[in-house]
Amino acid sequence: MTQFFQSLGMTYDWAWFTATIAGILLIALPLMLAVAMIIYADRKIWAAMALRRGPNVVGPWGLLQSFADGLKVFLQETIIPSAANKGLFLIAPIITFTVALLAWAVIPFNSGAVLADINVGLLYVLAISSLGVYGVVIAGWSSNSKYPFFSAMRASAQMISYEVSIGFILICVVLWAGSFNLREIVEAQRSHVGIINGFVANPLLFPMWVMFLISGMAETARAPFDLTEAESELVAGYQTEYSSMSFALYWLGEYANVLLMCALNAVLFWGGYLPPLDWAPLYLVPGWLWLFAKIFFFFFIFSWVKATVPRYRYDQLMRLGWKVFLPVSLGFVVLVSGYLMLTRYGV
Amino acid sequence: MIQVLTFYLFAGIMLAAAAFTILARNPVHSVLWLIVAFFNAAGLMVLAGAEFIAMLLVIVYVGAVAVLFLFVVMMLDIDFAELRAGFIKNFPLGIAVAIVLLAEIVLGMGAYQAGSLKLGTPDGSGAPVAGASNIESIGALLYGKYLFLFEAAGIILLVAMVGAIVLTHRQRSGVRGQNIANQVARRPDEAVINTQPEVGQGVKL
Repeated sequence: MTQFFQSLGMTYDWAWFTATIAGILLIALPLMLAVAMIIYADRKIWAAMALRRGPNVVGPWGLLQSFADGLKVFLQETIIPSAANKGLFLIAPIITFTVALLAWAVIPFNSGAVLADINVGLLYVLAISSLGVYGVVIAGWSSNSKYPFFSAMRASAQMISYEVSIGFILICVVLWAGSFNLREIVEAQRSHVGIINGFVANPLLFPMWVMFLISGMAETARAPFDLTEAESELVAGYQTEYSSMSFALYWLGEYANVLLMCALNAVLFWGGYLPPLDWAPLYLVPGWLWLFAKIFFFFFIFSWVKATVPRYRYDQLMRLGWKVFLPVSLGFVVLVSGYLMLTRYGV
Repeated sequence: MIQVLTFYLFAGIMLAAAAFTILARNPVHSVLWLIVAFFNAAGLMVLAGAEFIAMLLVIVYVGAVAVLFLFVVMMLDIDFAELRAGFIKNFPLGIAVAIVLLAEIVLGMGAYQAGSLKLGTPDGSGAPVAGASNIESIGALLYGKYLFLFEAAGIILLVAMVGAIVLTHRQRSGVRGQNIANQVARRPDEAVINTQPEVGQGVKL
């Protein structure tokens, strides 16, 4: 894109600057639209599994429901509790929302279409996703209210626990791909097993994918691990005191995070923008379409789990993270690196 | 040009955040300012071309250490009047520490101005691998040349971790923990008994 702006007669610096801004807008604006539509899809899937009809009044098939909700929330008054720490109370949803958008910078949408093609891409994703907890923790503390505070405590413990196992799972992927760059990780999956594109077909990495999917649900605090907003115990968790747009920012950020987790599943284990099989006619479909299809497929799984699986108890969640996922993923790091030493580097 | 601007932006925000970390009355605000300082330090690392260190700084310090700080500090019930009473008492000690630190900085800057320390002739083997990315050159040095030092550091950390666990671990008797395997292995026919108790007899469990 930089070349295009240079051809319009700009100097290299300005062309780069304009291209980057345009790239950010090209990702952020469709992402917001996708979040609105994915909330609608979530409600429809959820309703179908409960034998209900879901949103069906606003627009054809209720398609405009999310926009109506957004408009309603936009027109409401923002209420700030008198005992709240005002500055932090307002900053917290902004942090959640911003962090949810930031990580998309390194996701490759097609072989050349990536905003920041940096060689520490996966570490960047880890770093940004570890920031997500601050929005929740600050909200819980600054609300100066009991339930949000409990929720903040739970969130910080939960996110740290699952980040550890996610780190080890990602190390397995990086070892196999030999790079931290997300585009190179996708390219390393081309005809990985036979003609299948994707690490998921690899018997050593398939269990890692299952654990990544579950850890991803815990990391984004989606059901069955949504203990931070367990309504039966904590009213609405950290969002209890929030209203109008500050509440909406949490919703948008949460769904953008879920989409990011789905995109990471697709990019790291299911071949990203590559078609599922390394077969020439499948390459006629553009790469970004494959990526979006995969993202939507994983979102369906997330929705499906939310509609069917009962919520975990907190001690079960901690046990799963520390006593099951951590030792198993650590074992697989040894297994994968040992296998690669044997086959690729010849001891 | 843009590098210079961003350098001063990151450095300025970092220094300001560091100052606010000390000056903030509320300890939670202090931790949050500390996080801002960490974040800007990571930005400076990126500018210096050390993107791997920058990402590690964010992942380890901002993502894990500072979250635990915040976790602890949020739960503290701090009495500010008591804190200020201690201020006068500890003031001389604080001044002494500050003077020592200032003297060290002045000495360090003076020594730096005078020229670098000669500790033998460098053979160039410690330099990063040319042409390789950040991660590869760090890995090549850490797992090649400095392998034993690296493993020694690992063992020290392991010992520290074991020590912390030993110090805080306490064995309590009479704790009724759950055994997941037992719970899963339980079958309805051993969990449910159907009885027909006599009137006035009750059920014997």
